Amino acid sequence: MENNVAKIQDKDGNSWLYSEKVREHFFHPKNMLLNSENFDLSDYFEGRVGSPACGDEMVIWIKIENNKIADCKWQTFGCGSAIASTSVLSEMLLENNGMTVEEALKITPQDITERLGGLPARKIHCSVLGDQALQLAIKNWKKQALI
Amino acid sequence: MFGKSKDNLEVYLDHAATTYVADEVIKAMEPFLADSFGNPGGLYKIGREANGVLNDARKKIADILHAMSDNIIFTSGGTESDNLAIFGVARKHIKHGKHIITTKIEHHAVLHCMKKLESEGFEITYLEPDSQGFISPKKVREAIRPDTILISIMMANNEIGTVEPIADIGREILKYRKSNNTEYPFFHTDACQTAGVLELDVEKLHVDLLTFNGSKIYGPKGIGLLYKRRGVNIEPIIYGGHQEFGLRAGTENIPGIVGLAKALELAQEKRQDENMRLVDLRNYFWQEIQTKIKKVELNGPDLLSNEYTRLPNNLNVTFLDIEGEALLLYLDAKGIYCSTGSACTSLSLDPSHVLAACGKPHETIHGSLRFSLGKRTTKADIDYVMEYLPGIVEKLREISPVNTRR
Repeated sequence: MENNVAKIQDKDGNSWLYSEKVREHFFHPKNMLLNSENFDLSDYFEGRVGSPACGDEMVIWIKIENNKIADCKWQTFGCGSAIASTSVLSEMLLENNGMTVEEALKITPQDITERLGGLPARKIHCSVLGDQALQLAIKNWKKQALI
Repeated sequence: MFGKSKDNLEVYLDHAATTYVADEVIKAMEPFLADSFGNPGGLYKIGREANGVLNDARKKIADILHAMSDNIIFTSGGTESDNLAIFGVARKHIKHGKHIITTKIEHHAVLHCMKKLESEGFEITYLEPDSQGFISPKKVREAIRPDTILISIMMANNEIGTVEPIADIGREILKYRKSNNTEYPFFHTDACQTAGVLELDVEKLHVDLLTFNGSKIYGPKGIGLLYKRRGVNIEPIIYGGHQEFGLRAGTENIPGIVGLAKALELAQEKRQDENMRLVDLRNYFWQEIQTKIKKVELNGPDLLSNEYTRLPNNLNVTFLDIEGEALLLYLDAKGIYCSTGSACTSLSLDPSHVLAACGKPHETIHGSLRFSLGKRTTKADIDYVMEYLPGIVEKLREISPVNTRR
């Protein structure tokens, strides 16, 4: 596994190999919102970043209860690492009965990348947008909470 | 559901990237690896034999191109041939002018040479194609200036399959030369995608320089050639020996050269029947996609039964609202291999320059897949792809926040 990580993050980032963890989240993504299921999002707060013209667009919806992430849904238009990184972020947010809002705000692209067992170097900048989407969603929640 | 393919079927639909080597070609090359291994420069028997083999291969290829043997310069591949044509003319004829005409949809083997020449003070005109990738001969004619030394336009585009009107462009250039009483500009075409598909008669095409290679016509990798009309002088780019008429140093790759000659001969022999077969198969594939998948767009020229405006094996399709690399990886997991114009698979993270030049918006480019069929592709392969492709597209659209209205 260590070797594998080294390979996918070689010095000049020229490798395209994805780690097993990326493949797992890409082929079996978790917590995504399916367009066909008409899920009720009325208790959720949305954060949307990117655009299809840029190559990646991500939306995260979070439900917050007692200052904790009680639920999280997402959608992604993008490549393998974009889909995997959003999926793994949703997993991080929901484990141990949900992360606190403060902890969630501290998540960085590096945290997501590490959790994925690394990403090809040049993929990190463009495909790991989930933390930004999450911050926007929390911002929207805070706005609402003030009212 | 989307784990590893159960039956281990593999469907290779990336023949425009490279091809497997035909059995007949392997057979033809074999004696020249360990047995008849001589250096054609040697005066002893096995050297002379190698030289004979080299001359025969050169003659065979020259005949197919309607050229003379001394017009054929063997190189290490398409990229080197393009470099030799472009830098060769630019460096030899710099005193006459520093203007070159090319197109926005050339392969990087041409475009990156042009970028380098720009940094050396050359001025490059990049012609725009129409929305299907066609370059107008009239526009080429209008771009020619007294200081234009070279025009380089591909014979067919590797991404969208557009077959350019090279003979018409060649005629326009000839007319210009005649009425201005000049030998300039020279005309180069990169024929890597067409060497196994179209007639390669350099007289009918009116080209001065023509590139192609082995690895796209079921020949070996690492071998290519540049056709150079007699009287067109170029400067070498590789030094170190007198080989290839002093224009390309280095011991000749005899197995490769023999393989290239055999591959070209086979491809040209069978091309008409094979083209018809591929057109039918490709059109069936597109019909299936349109019937079974919503929101798809064809990129490149219309699919006619006529094989001369689009490469018969090329299908370039955009699946709206989803991204090409994700599609490609799901297909890969089913043993289906193709390529995409999405930025995510290019080293530069730029989306396809070809689709962009055709005026396609970025979101369309990101969702594009190129399928290029070949010798071994059968209807059963297409049916296998169609077993999975609609479901994969559906799955990715289910989790996509994008919903383009049409």
